[in-house]
Formats: sequence, C-alpha cells, structure tokens
Amino acid sequence: MNLLFDFTVDKATKTVFITREFDADLSLVWDAFTTAEILDQWVAPKPWTSKTKFMDFKVGGRRFYAMVSPEGQERWAIQKYTSISPKTNFKMFNAFADKDENPELPGSDWDYTFSEQNGKTIVHITIYNESLARMEKMIEMGFTEGFKMSMNNLENLLAGLSKK
Amino acid sequence: MASHIFAAERLHNYNPMRRDIFQAIADPTRRAILVLVAVQAMTPNAIAEHFDIRRQSISKHLRILSECDLLVPRQEGREIFYGLKIDKMKEIDAWLDQFRKIMEESFKRLDEVLYTIKNKKQ
Repeated sequence: MNLLFDFTVDKATKTVFITREFDADLSLVWDAFTTAEILDQWVAPKPWTSKTKFMDFKVGGRRFYAMVSPEGQERWAIQKYTSISPKTNFKMFNAFADKDENPELPGSDWDYTFSEQNGKTIVHITIYNESLARMEKMIEMGFTEGFKMSMNNLENLLAGLSKK
Repeated sequence: MASHIFAAERLHNYNPMRRDIFQAIADPTRRAILVLVAVQAMTPNAIAEHFDIRRQSISKHLRILSECDLLVPRQEGREIFYGLKIDKMKEIDAWLDQFRKIMEESFKRLDEVLYTIKNKKQ
C-alpha cells in the first residue's frame, strides 16, 4: 500500500513539517500517538528501544521516557503536554533530560493534527527547533550504528578543539 | 556520517562561543550574502554594494557567517575574498536527511503496530 509521506523543512524558521497517512481509523491512530504502551512499540529507531517511565496525557501532564541502546545506555527525554483537543490536535514541548527528570533546554515544540478521510487517518506534525544543536541531538538519538568514533575523527575533533 | 554528527555535537558542548547555523541563516541579509558568494568569492566592499545598509553591519553579518563556518576567507594581496563553504551547507541537508529517515522508519513500524492491533480487534 502506498501511504502519503511528506517531509519539508523551512530552515529559516527552524521548522520541520511532516504529513503521514495511516491505514487505520482516527481513534486508533490517536491512541498510537497518545498512549505509552503503543508509543513504546514504534517510536525508537532500531536497534534502540523506547521505555516510558510515566506518562500523564493531560494538559500540563508529562511523559518521561528513555531511548535504550542494545548495550543498555539510556538517553532520557521529557515531553510536556501544552494543549489537547481529543482526537483532533495535541501540542507538546520536548526536551532531553538527565535520569532525574531535569530537562536540558532549549527543547522543541511539537504540534500534531489528526484528520480522517475514507477510513484512513492523516497526521500533520510541525516541529519547531530552537537550535541546530538540539536538532543534531535529536538525530543523534536515531543513530543506528551507535556512537562509534573512528580514531581519525577523534583526531580531527581534538585538533578542532585545541584551535579554539 | 554518524561519528561526524557526534563530533559536531561535542564541539557544540565544549565551545559555547560557537554559533548556530540556523541562527546564521535565519537572517534575510545573511541568506542573501550566502547566495551572492555561492556564485563567486567576493570582497566585503563588493558584497556591501548589493545592499542598502551600512558597511559596518555587512561586516557583522560576515563575521557571524564566518563564525558559523559557512564562509571561507581567502587573502589576495590586500583584499580578502569571502567564498561559500559548500560542505557546511551540505551538512545541514545531511542532518535533515537523517532525521527524515528516522521519522520514515518509525512510521513504518507504526504501520505494522496498527495492522496488528486491527487484526486483534477483528
């Protein structure tokens, strides 16, 4: 099946726009984005797994979760829900965190809008990132090859650091 | 690729003075400067001629772009020519491309999860 997927970036406004269609009715897709049990099944990039410590899906509520590497390394993040219109839209603020729930600012703002058409559900996602460093880290979490750094890169890195 | 991003991340952490590329390209004048020097390396005076703003603020923009590693200066006699550091611009696209792939893959996993849940319900 060919499902719509659109990904555009406005670098100047630091915003990413994503549209994705799912072959399921709206209430199921809504649940998949708003309940920890389902989120943990799909959000982590392989070979990482997602582990939600707690999730309180209500305005002002938070989800505290980790991406766990195959070696057991944990990278924590906090999401805070800022607005919820059931089965239509929700907004959250996402920030990386330490294991004690202290967020690392700045984070990013995520806006999800859901609509149903002919039994399929379309999700529009808007992500606003305050800094490129944050964007890099978001991508770093998705590394499939871990954090291997070749000796060559390490040398370049050290050389770069000593020049500053 | 992965190690490269990791290295860049470390630099951000260790060097608070380093500027954000997105900050650099958020300004319309700086974006216009990048477009200009993408065609050919130019001196600050030649760049300033294209804008209706003070020479001083052009210098400020050039400094910010240089600090972001987007411009490469080349000394020729008494003049400095600024050119575009293409690799750096490509880095942004590479980062974004990586992010796109991550999202695409997670949505494919969600397709499977939705499929499984639907089958259980039936």
